[in-house]
Amino acid sequence: MNQIILKVTTKLLFAPIILFALYVQFHGDYGPGGGFQAGVIFAVAFILHAFCFGLDETKKAMPEKALKVAMVVGVLFYALTGVATMLLGGNLLDYDLIDPESTHHAGQHYGIILVEWGVGVTVASTMLMIFYQFTGREPDIDQSDW
Amino acid sequence: MTMSLVIDLSLLTMMIGVAFAMLRSRHLFAVVMLSGIYSLLCAAFFVSLDAVDVAFTEAAVGAGVSTVLMLGGMLLTARREKPVTPGRAPVALIACFATGAALFYATIDMPAYGEANSPANTHVGHAYVDDTPNDIAVPNIVTAVLASYRGFDTLGETLVIFTAGVAVVLLLGVGSTRGGRDVVDREEDAA
Repeated sequence: MNQIILKVTTKLLFAPIILFALYVQFHGDYGPGGGFQAGVIFAVAFILHAFCFGLDETKKAMPEKALKVAMVVGVLFYALTGVATMLLGGNLLDYDLIDPESTHHAGQHYGIILVEWGVGVTVASTMLMIFYQFTGREPDIDQSDW
Repeated sequence: MTMSLVIDLSLLTMMIGVAFAMLRSRHLFAVVMLSGIYSLLCAAFFVSLDAVDVAFTEAAVGAGVSTVLMLGGMLLTARREKPVTPGRAPVALIACFATGAALFYATIDMPAYGEANSPANTHVGHAYVDDTPNDIAVPNIVTAVLASYRGFDTLGETLVIFTAGVAVVLLLGVGSTRGGRDVVDREEDAA
């Protein structure tokens, strides 16, 4: 695990990948993308980090406990958005009630961004958690073992 | 013959070729990589069907994360598949051919791709295209359907992913060599 080129490339790519994930997350209303894809891209940045620096280093940057919390928070964020619209007097996930005064359905925009955020957080943390569980069981294997 | 037909046919041919290569290979690393290539070809095919959102998901999830997770799963098992000795009775072959023939037979009844009078383009699909600018006012109709019209379905999908994550943590997260807690079976439980 001493490839200097891979390590430098990963360090250069890490931030743009996260930035692209956020772009996909918040641009989903206007172009292809959304929470599912953004979450996966976000997780991939950390997986790339784990490939080049080893899993222990990645677990320092993104601890397993934080992922457990994020998994639950993401799902609850989505569900509670729905509950919030019910408390405002409508149906589950009836986003128009978030901003009833709006003439151009701003409430729908807010609602979609909120639930997509919940999806993104859930997908990113779950994918990374599954990756941690699979790769964390065995010590690092030798290059030639592949 | 139009250009898009040529592209579609070549993509589908490559997908069949990759699928057969996966069947033939016993080297698991090669099989995982070929499945990633298969997903990427699939994504390209979705682009040619104008389904960019699906293509994006297929490229990110199918070609990206699935391949990585399968490589991770490979760490826990052997690197090579055991050679199988073909059985005498060709039950599997007959079942495959029968199912395949039934599917081919069913395609005769299907409407042509992109036909205006097909059920997909006349009822609810049409309504979404017509109503999204007035109801949701979001430029991407796919997002409008996914997050607003079918928001409850997407909540279910999110729960499915969450459940999958919880299941993996429950199955693999205990007693691992790195992270996780070691489980000690107590004497009184065994008795």
